[in-house]
Amino acid sequence: MEMGALRFDKVDALLRQAGVALAPPSEVGDARYLQAVLDALCDLSSTDSLTGLMNRRAFLSVLEQELDRVTRGGEHALLLALDIDHFKRVNDRYGHPAGDHVLRVVTKRLREAVRPMDNVARIGGEEFAVLCPQCPPSFATAIAQRTRVAIESAPIELPEHGPITVTISVGGAFAQPWVKGNLSDWLARADQQLYRAKQEGRNCVRLEPYASADVSAEEKGLLFGWSATDEQVADHGQSA
Amino acid sequence: MTATPTTPQAPGAVAPAVLLHPVKGKVIAVTSGKGGVGKTFVSANLAAALTRRGLKVLVLDADLGLANLDVVLNLYPKLTLHDVFTGKCELEDAIIKAPGGFSVLLAGSGLVEYSRLTPEVRDDFLRLMEDVVPRYDVVLLDTGAGISDVVLFALSLASEVLLVATPEPTSLTDAYATIKVLSTQQGRQHIRLLVNQSARLGDGKAITAQLQAVLNRFVGTVPGANAAAKSLPLVRLHHVGDIPSDQAVKDAVMRRQLLLLHTPGAPASVAIGQIAARIEETVIRADEAV
Repeated sequence: MEMGALRFDKVDALLRQAGVALAPPSEVGDARYLQAVLDALCDLSSTDSLTGLMNRRAFLSVLEQELDRVTRGGEHALLLALDIDHFKRVNDRYGHPAGDHVLRVVTKRLREAVRPMDNVARIGGEEFAVLCPQCPPSFATAIAQRTRVAIESAPIELPEHGPITVTISVGGAFAQPWVKGNLSDWLARADQQLYRAKQEGRNCVRLEPYASADVSAEEKGLLFGWSATDEQVADHGQSA
Repeated sequence: MTATPTTPQAPGAVAPAVLLHPVKGKVIAVTSGKGGVGKTFVSANLAAALTRRGLKVLVLDADLGLANLDVVLNLYPKLTLHDVFTGKCELEDAIIKAPGGFSVLLAGSGLVEYSRLTPEVRDDFLRLMEDVVPRYDVVLLDTGAGISDVVLFALSLASEVLLVATPEPTSLTDAYATIKVLSTQQGRQHIRLLVNQSARLGDGKAITAQLQAVLNRFVGTVPGANAAAKSLPLVRLHHVGDIPSDQAVKDAVMRRQLLLLHTPGAPASVAIGQIAARIEETVIRADEAV
């Protein structure tokens, strides 16, 4: 292929603006230069420029892969939808630069709060998402709460306005092992739980209900009638 | 047995983690919470009793990791499920006749890789079931004990679950755990309970009632159609009968013979005959009347 036939002015401008410096073709050769350009463009189109997180497009493709894995793998995956509470007020009161600052601090705290293999993304204005692969439902609440607490635990210091309290609402939904799930359904279910969290007072976590199959000491006790109650005896006759 | 209640659904019911996808046809999974309660003994002798009632029966060794149906039946075929799965023989070549007149498909050795639920295991097993089930009046799945994913997968393919328990506290606790998992994770609403090695008449009925009472309390019930109606359990146990503790069972097991052939008149044999009649009536022929 003839490099001279390609125009690089737009790409050069875009990459320079994004702060990506590539070694010129005269140093590394045409093929390696082209590859570096392609890689840089892929990175740019999958990254949220403000926070450096995966953007919505990239996140959806990761989710799609995870759904495939869950279908084959026999382990639940958890999708969290997170939204900064009353973010509009921050923008309105302190201006957009302050809002951007909050988004960056929230990003940093979320990254620190999740497990190393979890993926954090910014999928909308003040909306984030976390994909937690291999997350059995019994551990899900702990993981989700960690993200919420990470934001609430300390005020965010705005450069010109001082500290403000920021909280997030978190909704979560599972991809079921061995079941070929649907991407938009999974997102919608996580959103539904996020909506619930917002409805039920914000700064809280709502996950899809999951019935535990563990057997408690109380159940064991009742099985052998150690603490039989009148109610239980009455029930006894009915269900025989 | 009274008419089965209409499918109860909990308000805001949870999507089951392992979907119930029974293979078309009559498949009864014989399982237990705890090992060593007589699952395989029940599978084999129940198959013989159902065969005697004129049904075409297949027992499928679904305890893929630790199968011992071959030991119970004293059969050592050259070709097994393992050879079918690995493509060494056709399904027909691996199905053999057991002493009781029913057909068996034995797992064979070398199925260690099948003790974990991998996509291959699921796929192989599902295809096998879809192939074999339509050829019989009833297929008994002799599964492993407990609530591992392999066992739960095998159970998810069955139209009915027959849970075997003994009156021992550990067996009952594990039976309870199994029922709870089947209800909460697979959404199963009916489970048949067989009490093996019962010491006294009425043991099984009392045990069923006790398990049901705790289930109603912890797994839950849904309100009846109106205020006057009784609330319905989310999961309902149906007691199919007891097999009394019987020296003849021990003798037959040690000789590796079917109890029904070894001591047809033993109390345990008679009980198995009655259980077979009940299962034929309430499970196998239940839909035909409709």
